Amino acid sequence: MALAVEVRGLKKHYRGHGDHIRAVDGVDISTREGEYLVLLGPSGCGKTTLLRTIAGLEEATEGEVLIGGNVVNGLPPRARQVAMVFQSYALYPHKTVEDNITFPLKAEKISKEERRKKARWAADLLGIDHLLDRKPRHLSGGERQRVALARALVREPSVFLLDEPLSNLDAKLRASARDELKQFQQNLGTTTVYVTHDQAEAMGLGDRIAVMSEGKLRQLGPPHEVYDDPQDTFVATFLGSPPMNLVPRNGHVLGFRPENLLPEEVVPGGGTKLGVDLEVGRIEFLSGDRHVYGTARGLGEETRVIARLPATVTTPIEAGEVHRFAVHEKDLCFFDAESGMRTAPQPVWA
Amino acid sequence: MGITSLPASERRALSDREGFLAPLFLLPAVVYVVALVAIPFFLAIAFSLTDVTAGDPSLDWVGFKNFDDIFHDPIFWRALRNTLLFTAATMVLTVVLAKALAMILVADFRFKRLIRFFVLLPWITPVALAAISWLWMFDSVYSPIDWVLRQPGLIDGNTHWLARDNLAAISVIAVQTWRIVPLAAVIIMAGLVAIPHEINDAAAMDGAGFWRRLWEITIPLNLPVIGVATLFGAILTFTDMTVVYILTRGGPDNATQTLPSYAFFKGIGGGDLAQGAAIALFLFPLLLAAAIAILRSVRKMETL
Repeated sequence: MALAVEVRGLKKHYRGHGDHIRAVDGVDISTREGEYLVLLGPSGCGKTTLLRTIAGLEEATEGEVLIGGNVVNGLPPRARQVAMVFQSYALYPHKTVEDNITFPLKAEKISKEERRKKARWAADLLGIDHLLDRKPRHLSGGERQRVALARALVREPSVFLLDEPLSNLDAKLRASARDELKQFQQNLGTTTVYVTHDQAEAMGLGDRIAVMSEGKLRQLGPPHEVYDDPQDTFVATFLGSPPMNLVPRNGHVLGFRPENLLPEEVVPGGGTKLGVDLEVGRIEFLSGDRHVYGTARGLGEETRVIARLPATVTTPIEAGEVHRFAVHEKDLCFFDAESGMRTAPQPVWA
Repeated sequence: MGITSLPASERRALSDREGFLAPLFLLPAVVYVVALVAIPFFLAIAFSLTDVTAGDPSLDWVGFKNFDDIFHDPIFWRALRNTLLFTAATMVLTVVLAKALAMILVADFRFKRLIRFFVLLPWITPVALAAISWLWMFDSVYSPIDWVLRQPGLIDGNTHWLARDNLAAISVIAVQTWRIVPLAAVIIMAGLVAIPHEINDAAAMDGAGFWRRLWEITIPLNLPVIGVATLFGAILTFTDMTVVYILTRGGPDNATQTLPSYAFFKGIGGGDLAQGAAIALFLFPLLLAAAIAILRSVRKMETL
């Protein structure tokens, strides 16, 4: 059974050394049932604190946490029907894999027979049934992650909370584990809240992404929406690699993705194009793409920008030359220069 | 300017030569151990096999006569039994109290540092001074403990803590526990702090309550450190004669006599250095066995 998670006006403040730390500063988010929601943000943005508050490991300073429509503030973690996978996996080092997996069932006063059966079921599902007698320190990173998942799964919770579960894996394993994690969640259909600072994980896993910074929710939407339609300059520059180019211009800020800044002759026709002279500083080759670093002139203030040219664009470009580039009007975003918030399109020829 | 005339490579040589430096740096420790541990230890073995006394310091070989004598001395057996009993009782109390205290100390509360300092006070107080304070606490007429117990009418008159066999033994155990608990608590606290936070969080998520968490997570993970704390505490209690000497002088009627105190009374008090040495030597195999047993269990824990 999948339940929805909701937080309303959630604040979590800590008393630091003399000052007040607002780890979570008024966040409203609600998931749908069975949804895979990713909390994305740089370290220290409050995403883990938010997750821990949902889990019941932290008590909210203000606001409400709802699970399945019921306010769960003040309830201990075990009463919330949630399971959590920690960044370090937090396996019990002195217990075998089987005892790790059955530990959550002990608190539910389930018979030993039944506990063993459930542990086998969870281990089977994750392909770790041959490891049940081992101790955690004899397992690889990927195997530990599966044990942690099995331990979370065995109680059949209504909500999974995952705190950067892939960050301890090496890069190669991370890609395949990401794939398996998505499969796993889709098969179970359990509502999942997933915390990460890695935008690739967020884009790949999330049904929706909640971008956070400084304890506040910046934007909530499906991956393509937060990427294509960033609500402010923070989201615009946090997502995408390289990040969105921002050019200050006449009291507002003009934003465009590096992949949309192309030599003028290859920018698709139809509609208006915004031309720009790019003084090319440096060119990098990355996975077949050309990343062109340069200074944009005649667009607004002189600004360092990056253009990402796909392998299909073969226009010869040399470092040191000034080349005519252009952005299609539909690929432009406009932000307020003061607040950084998205604004209505401005006339680009003004 | 004499040094600068040497080639640079030779000037560096002395301070770089480990073969020369290692023994040099080890020397103070070796001198210390030889002078204060090895020589007295072998001297004690030598004394125990002779008839040396304070009045006649010549070493005349008598074989195992001293050991034969103490084996026929009921007070020796009583002292041995008391030593084991006091140590065991003190350790049981210490582990329970120190573990509880350590858990309180790791909790977050106001004036944490100040409280930690006060907790450590019994440990940094010299044993002799602390024992004298306790002597006043257990005073046969003016005991503040008796005064407190009299107020609600729990007792009439005086308890005479140090004048009755069992109460005197309990008093010694209480003072030893009071003395060792702070050290053990701080050692155990260090072990508790070393348990990753996420493990405790995971246990909370897994629905484990306080007692399940204590018995299934905290104590097993804390066990090696508890073992080390116990080892230290046991050795300190086992070899201590100050508390007994000041509180009871081994009395009443040797009811609180321990091996160290009896060795002291025989060897220094009575001048029979040979018998005193023979008694004191009995501490060694027992301590060795205890040390090996505990270190072994610690190693077993670590290779989980």
